[in-house]
Amino acid sequence: MLIRKTFGLDIKPSEITPRTIFDNRREFMRSAGMLGLGAIAGSVVGTPAAEASSSLSFSKSAVHTLDALGEEALTDPEAATSYNNFYEFGTGKDDPVVNARNFEPLPWTVAIDGEVANPGTYDLEDLIKPHMLEERVYRFRCVEAWSMVVPWVGVPLGEIIKRLEPTSNAKYVAFETLFDPERMPGQKRRVIPWPYVEGLRMDEAMNDLTLLTLGMYGDRLPNQNGAPVRLVVPWKYGFKSIKSIVRISFTEEQPPCTWNISNKREYGFYSNVNPEVDHPRWSQARERRIGGGLFTERIPTLKFNGYEEQVAGMYSDMDLKKYY
Amino acid sequence: MLNSVLRHPAAKPLVFFGCLLPLAWLAWRLFGASSHGNAFGYNPQEYLNRHLGDWALRFLLATLALTPLRALTGATGVNRFRRMLGLYAFFYVCLHVLSYVWLDQGFYWPELWKDISKRTYITVGMVSFILLVPLAVTSWNRMLRKLGAARWRRLHQTVYVIAPLACLHFFMMRKGFQIEPVIYAVVCGFLLGHRLISRLRRSHTAP
Repeated sequence: MLIRKTFGLDIKPSEITPRTIFDNRREFMRSAGMLGLGAIAGSVVGTPAAEASSSLSFSKSAVHTLDALGEEALTDPEAATSYNNFYEFGTGKDDPVVNARNFEPLPWTVAIDGEVANPGTYDLEDLIKPHMLEERVYRFRCVEAWSMVVPWVGVPLGEIIKRLEPTSNAKYVAFETLFDPERMPGQKRRVIPWPYVEGLRMDEAMNDLTLLTLGMYGDRLPNQNGAPVRLVVPWKYGFKSIKSIVRISFTEEQPPCTWNISNKREYGFYSNVNPEVDHPRWSQARERRIGGGLFTERIPTLKFNGYEEQVAGMYSDMDLKKYY
Repeated sequence: MLNSVLRHPAAKPLVFFGCLLPLAWLAWRLFGASSHGNAFGYNPQEYLNRHLGDWALRFLLATLALTPLRALTGATGVNRFRRMLGLYAFFYVCLHVLSYVWLDQGFYWPELWKDISKRTYITVGMVSFILLVPLAVTSWNRMLRKLGAARWRRLHQTVYVIAPLACLHFFMMRKGFQIEPVIYAVVCGFLLGHRLISRLRRSHTAP
């Protein structure tokens, strides 16, 4: 069984054609070597990654059956993989796809440290292996007021956290992007303080929506989208969804976040998508869905990016204007 | 040498059409290179707005570069191009603002008003645009005569405020610390600094 969750997106099961995805995936698994992904174990077909003993290989063609779903249609994969904010590979939207071309994400290790029973340096494969990969179709909302709808593939972060057994002191989870100016040429200039760091409160990290992501559109993550492993936190502005993660730390104190350090007034720790909370730089009331034409109008932004039902409870006693 | 080039009869039409190249580039992309269906990339509003804004700022600084250029080379022929470049700056600013108000915001006034009044970088940009309007309006010879040279000149010195504001607008628009807006600001600083220094020198050497 393919696990596929769309969370409030109006995509009918009949339009997902899991059968096609399944068939194509089997084919892809057979030709896994071709993709050069042997190191990462996993499969979206629903068997635990370890048993599948194949690679993180997904059918590319399968997603093409998901077109034309109206307003909430999947973003053109070409757009989602060539219009990127990833300052590690340059500040222009079309820089990352060019500058990340030669980035070799594998092999990859993730350091686990802080308030946790099972610290250590894990091969990405070992970190993911015991878990089931899921495909999740989420809205992705950038603080710059543009958005996409992307089918991500990953493991709910909460499951991995449970396995790592954080101590009772662990109140937050901190994340860190690779710092390697030779491999990430954008880091040669100090546009923002490197390495890029982000953080979540423990309940946010444990929320079922929070996805430790390894793929998109049925394929592994392209370099420009944060290969080989990134976070996707769909109810927060995109910059919270940190890319190319090399460290996950469990902390007692609220961890620093790069954009918050860079400009406190504009980027809060929480940065939940919220059309009611004004932003000094961009109006957050409406957003532009990527993929439209020159005369396509903006659409209204939804509170918590449309995931109010799943996440609002975590913030019920908080003044969201104060904790922006 | 430079002066004779600048005074050549073909120079003015050439510059005139040359200044339309940034617009021709857009047309070329729209009609010629749109084979993959997105002539202006995946966020066409953003692309168009930034392209027009970039060129507005470039023309503004080019206009300001004429006086230092004359002082450094002695080529008085540059004076022939001052008004044209200034008006082109205004032309691209107008398109820049239009693309924002129309294509980006869809004439959605409640949100537009909030945008302009609350987002400092847009406020700064709008102020520099509004300050530029009287300069464009009074760019004709008749207006120069009507206002009198002294008043006309004082009015047009507003550009010494407009250009830094435009640079500030660009700097604030970018996230993090980016090098490109700094380059524009440094160029602007040099062009204005040159005037300041030559003015100070003149007042020193004055009898």
